[in-house]
Amino acid sequence: MSMIRWRSRRGMLELDILLSRFLETRWESLNEVEKNAYLGLLEYPDAELWDIISGRGAVHGAEKRVVELIRTD
Amino acid sequence: MERRKFDVAIIGAGGAGMRAALQLSSGGYNVAVLSKVFPTRSHTVAAQGGITAALGNVTEDNWLWHMYDTVKGSDYLGDQDAIEYLCRMGPQAVYEMEHFGLPFSRLENGKIYQRPFGGQSRNFGGEQATRTCAAADRTGHAMLHTLYQRNIQAKTHFFVEYMAIDLVRDGEGRVLGVVAFDMEKGEPLLIEARATLLATGGAGRIFQASTNAFINTGDGLGMASRSGIPLEDMEFWQFHPTGVQGAGVLISEGVRGEGGYLVNGNGERFMERYAPHAKDLAGRDVVARAIALEIHEGRGCGEARDHVLLKLDHIGREKIMARLPGIREISINFAHVDPLEAPIPVVPTVHYMMGGIPAHYRGQVVVPARTGPEEAVQGLYAIGECACVSVHGANRLGGNSLLDLLVFGRAAADHIVEFLKENPASPPIPADGTDLARSRLARWERRQGSERVADIYRDMQRIMQAHCGVFRKAEVLEQGLVKLEEVRRRLDDAAISDHSKVYNTARIEALELENLMEVAFATIRSALARRESRGAHARDDYPERNDKSWLKHTLVHRDGTIDYKPVRLKPLTVPSFPPKTRSY
Repeated sequence: MSMIRWRSRRGMLELDILLSRFLETRWESLNEVEKNAYLGLLEYPDAELWDIISGRGAVHGAEKRVVELIRTD
Repeated sequence: MERRKFDVAIIGAGGAGMRAALQLSSGGYNVAVLSKVFPTRSHTVAAQGGITAALGNVTEDNWLWHMYDTVKGSDYLGDQDAIEYLCRMGPQAVYEMEHFGLPFSRLENGKIYQRPFGGQSRNFGGEQATRTCAAADRTGHAMLHTLYQRNIQAKTHFFVEYMAIDLVRDGEGRVLGVVAFDMEKGEPLLIEARATLLATGGAGRIFQASTNAFINTGDGLGMASRSGIPLEDMEFWQFHPTGVQGAGVLISEGVRGEGGYLVNGNGERFMERYAPHAKDLAGRDVVARAIALEIHEGRGCGEARDHVLLKLDHIGREKIMARLPGIREISINFAHVDPLEAPIPVVPTVHYMMGGIPAHYRGQVVVPARTGPEEAVQGLYAIGECACVSVHGANRLGGNSLLDLLVFGRAAADHIVEFLKENPASPPIPADGTDLARSRLARWERRQGSERVADIYRDMQRIMQAHCGVFRKAEVLEQGLVKLEEVRRRLDDAAISDHSKVYNTARIEALELENLMEVAFATIRSALARRESRGAHARDDYPERNDKSWLKHTLVHRDGTIDYKPVRLKPLTVPSFPPKTRSY
């Protein structure tokens, strides 16, 4: 979890705000598939991750569900 | 402690650090780059607007006009030798990035796209210039990715998720490397290097309302300060005029460059009053102060009259979608407003640190010594936002920071090459060389303490916001300094509850807070000492610029003593631009 928290620190304040809030309020309620999907999202470059969260990049399945949670927090 | 040896250690993998690393690695040197986060997640990624350089692709241009604008923008506090170098080298720096593969937007004729930014003029204060080279609104992102790929090809050695703790100096003051902390293992690492380059970026997290990412904690400034190096011009912090109210997230000046403008609670386009000529594209400090004044005098928007509105719906859906897609996303996510339909609520928000570690225009760190105000620290360099060269003086122009990273990243690397040739041997690390770093790390092993790091962090930010914000006066600053002393005493009594080794973020945040505290003290002390208003530093009790007494750089030491040094008014090859009243 510590590593995940650290890797949620990004180069953009926008992502810092959304991801830290997400970890605080949603992380505990995720299932294993969704947790792994979040780890996958962290691998994207900042601009692409931002695109995805803003609805401009295509993601599917568990990643899509996690993105919805990040957006709606 | 584990040791590794390199020719050069670079702390920070943003645009400046990676530009320097590329130059050195391509030249065959063995380069270590340390970064707290994966390099392409450095804060450079957030630079939306572009790189200012006088290419003249849209309107006729000349680097001397760019120089004039930068000197004027700096409110005459910028060093004119460094500014000449910045502007003269600008086009070359941009073409180098084009050659490296940076995907610039293009004009119809295929040339690099340029947009107008605030403070840009033609012919020494004439019509608006169009000078900022852009890759859509993702120039910083494009720059970082380009530089990272090139560094991988050049075999730069990256230490990712390493936090630098302290510099290693010997009895003669030479810098011999750095002690870093491997976050994954939780172990220290000594990097021995013949030259050490600080490129750690800004420290905007000292303020509550900031556009800076969470990583911007002034680590290089903390290290410099603890090793006895004073910090320069720390009273000058740029408040970006347009941060989204409540979130801090930045709305780029590019919006106003594309035709967006500000309105107050009466629906008035108020910048016409403050800057009749440049209007919404006046310098950032001018626009930020105008907004603050409108709000202060009861002409803000909303029920609390605590913000103004940035209107851009009139520029049209097509242009917004093509040129400003990122801005629209930000507005929808953080202001819950679609700028195609409604204006964005904005307030002035801390954005950029003009001050920093004193360095000359070739990147070497310089400090006062018996021989004069600027003696080089052997083996130590600083570039980018953490450095004070000083090209931005009392106020930075939009688009000049990405240029600063490229020009001085390369210039420092070129100087390091000369330095390495002259100094082929590495001096030995003295027995006590790592003591400073060891004691810092040991301090957070302590388990006894009644204070929490997060509480102290938050209180420091509140104090800086309330006592050292857009408007400043002696009484408020003095109260702030007293409160900050109290907070620092609490830091002495703080402990962390997590003492695990692997990715111990509590320890990292404690170490970051120590760096921020160094920056906060330097800032408030410098602001209190400067009894004039210049650029971003606006004193209610001294509202005028005072060149007779204050045309000089502040150097604040860790013990609170303050020195000053003259501004370099003499450029390298062209006549000086003498100080005059700054109006837009």
